[in-house]
Amino acid sequence: MSGHQNIIIDIEHVSKSFGDNQVLKDISLYIREGEFVTLLGPSGCGKTTLLRMIAGFLEPDEGTISMKWDGKAGNPDFKDVAGIPPHQRPLNTVFQRYALFPHLDVYDNIAFGLKLKKVPKDEIDARVRKVLKLVSMSDYEDRDVESLSGGQQQRVAIARAIVNQPKVLLLDEPLAALDLKMRQDMQIELKEMHQKLGITFIYVTHDQGEALTLSDTIVVMNEGRIQQIGTPTDIYNEPVNSFVADFIGESNILNGTMVRDRRVSFIGHEFDCVDEGFGENSPVDVVIRPEDVIISDKTEGAQFTGRVKSCAFKGVHYEMYVDTDSGNELQIQDYDAFEPGTEVGMSINPDDIQVMRKERTENVVDCEIIDSTHIELFGETFECAPFTPGPDGHYRARFPFSKVELWDHEDEGVTTGEVWFILYKGDHYHLTVRTDSGEYVYVDTDDIWDKGDLVGISIQPGDIIVESQDGQEK
Amino acid sequence: MGKRSNWALPYLIFLILFVALPLILIALYAFRDGNGSFTLSNITKFFTDGDALSTFAVSIEVAVENTLICLLLGYPAAWILANRDLNKSAVTAILFILPMWVNALMRTLATAELFNSLGFTLGKGTLIFGMVYDYLPFMIYPIYNVLQKMDKSYGEAAADLGATPAEVFMKVTLPLSKPGIFSGILMVFMPTVSTFAISEFLTNNKIKLFGTIIQENINSSMWNYGAALSLFMLVIIGLTTILLGGEDREIEGGTL
Repeated sequence: MSGHQNIIIDIEHVSKSFGDNQVLKDISLYIREGEFVTLLGPSGCGKTTLLRMIAGFLEPDEGTISMKWDGKAGNPDFKDVAGIPPHQRPLNTVFQRYALFPHLDVYDNIAFGLKLKKVPKDEIDARVRKVLKLVSMSDYEDRDVESLSGGQQQRVAIARAIVNQPKVLLLDEPLAALDLKMRQDMQIELKEMHQKLGITFIYVTHDQGEALTLSDTIVVMNEGRIQQIGTPTDIYNEPVNSFVADFIGESNILNGTMVRDRRVSFIGHEFDCVDEGFGENSPVDVVIRPEDVIISDKTEGAQFTGRVKSCAFKGVHYEMYVDTDSGNELQIQDYDAFEPGTEVGMSINPDDIQVMRKERTENVVDCEIIDSTHIELFGETFECAPFTPGPDGHYRARFPFSKVELWDHEDEGVTTGEVWFILYKGDHYHLTVRTDSGEYVYVDTDDIWDKGDLVGISIQPGDIIVESQDGQEK
Repeated sequence: MGKRSNWALPYLIFLILFVALPLILIALYAFRDGNGSFTLSNITKFFTDGDALSTFAVSIEVAVENTLICLLLGYPAAWILANRDLNKSAVTAILFILPMWVNALMRTLATAELFNSLGFTLGKGTLIFGMVYDYLPFMIYPIYNVLQKMDKSYGEAAADLGATPAEVFMKVTLPLSKPGIFSGILMVFMPTVSTFAISEFLTNNKIKLFGTIIQENINSSMWNYGAALSLFMLVIIGLTTILLGGEDREIEGGTL
């Protein structure tokens, strides 16, 4: 990290738990001066927790956060900010629900920070007027903050933060409460403001469109971990795993096999691609963006064929779902419409095929041995195939994604969980289910579940393989 | 429309019978003599009655002292109760309110007995103690209510803008809890002006309060003068409420 120029915040190996729930796991990240960084992820991914730690409202359990600190005579220094309270940190926050002081008018809200710093009155006047102009809210000085619309409150909240001339501005889902049109206008204004001010913005959002529009750098987070850090184009074109691919933009995520370097097989066909180094016949996830499938009504010369299932006009393009000859479903976007029922031919350019190593190919979970046919898994007793326990106390259970059974009624399963994340893989769903014990089970199923469904979970005894942690099968 | 407004009828009858009528009767009695003819003598009697005037002054003084002590003790208590880092359970808040479940008269009698058996002389000290003991929950509860509902992000925003914890309290928490403070003051000050039982039991009637002389007059069948004194007290309480802005202010602290 130290080799990079202009780093303003350096986060190293930060972890945080609330009770038993670990919300951040070994986060390392650095932020450059003047950068617009977005922490992007679904709710509960830990992005707000990370932001609150930078602001100083929370302290990490492990790891350090360091910031560039203006030393004397323009001699900036790096400083571990552990234990430094929020009011002493050189940054300001725009809060999610604005948190404007209801007992103060617009002027006094904005002047709040400057008055605390005992800035002379005429300077306060000048600076407040300047930021009000910047956020296009001149003439609103005397207004009661509660009489302002959501968008106006948002502007005042931004003005209140930037009037203090912080080096870093933290924004916690600042546009979440605004309607769509307002949100789009504010996005453009925020971007302009960032360019005008030249300071670092750290922006938290769950809206991938917002992240792609605004950011210099996107940090994609899920389940307390950083999934990928990159520019919007990198993240969109080269997602590192199926979570990122699914979360950013629309995509077809399919199971595939790397036949050899630059040759990948999926949906029953082999394609040329540009990826190498995965090893022969290794299982991979393949991401195809809907706009990258070349579709035509000529089936001859196409790489594969299919029949259009549905077609809907989306403003600029048509969105079609096509059943392929191998029984997969593909989402395709094209400027031309193909009526449902049409036989079509499709091709994909090698560099539009994004190949990703599979994060896992089966469930592997730590377990406790109860007796030779029972183990404790997710805090419950599961029956498993008979095995001989060895002297080693550490065991894990392995079982395939497709062998996990989910039940509508929670009491039909051995344990229960909540459907956490759903990925459509062209011909089946890949679910992430969070068990009551806080662990994750990955399930392949043809059945349709909804995010948030509470399900019973069971596994047939014959499908569980118990082995010692050193990998030796017992 | 017409039918629905009929639903208010029982409440209207109740209000007329138990609020409006007694008030009218008080006013009528206050401006009549024993024979039922109109007079201002009851009013002028009060302003020339040295005893009544000094009792009135003492009452206001005791009420102000009681309200101030309740505020000084009650605000920190409410703040601690509402602070989730210091007080993790809602049970503690209920414990503070719990004395209110016991009749105030019984608590006062018990307090008097306690002072007697400990050998304290009953007087102003015990009177104030009894009043604070009786009315403190009425100060804590509305303030606690406001503080507890206050969005934590206001405090965080202030800290973020550079306010030390003390400045956060002075510039944000305290001003935002004003509605709770006002309702607390109203709920303590108003009843202490008119109380008489506490001074009777806790000072053995050594200190007379305004409520006491109203009660004495009524007890000795001086209905007209008693009514005039009551009317005067109502005016004072009404003025306090208006002064505190209690009429148009939304009393967020609420009542019990």
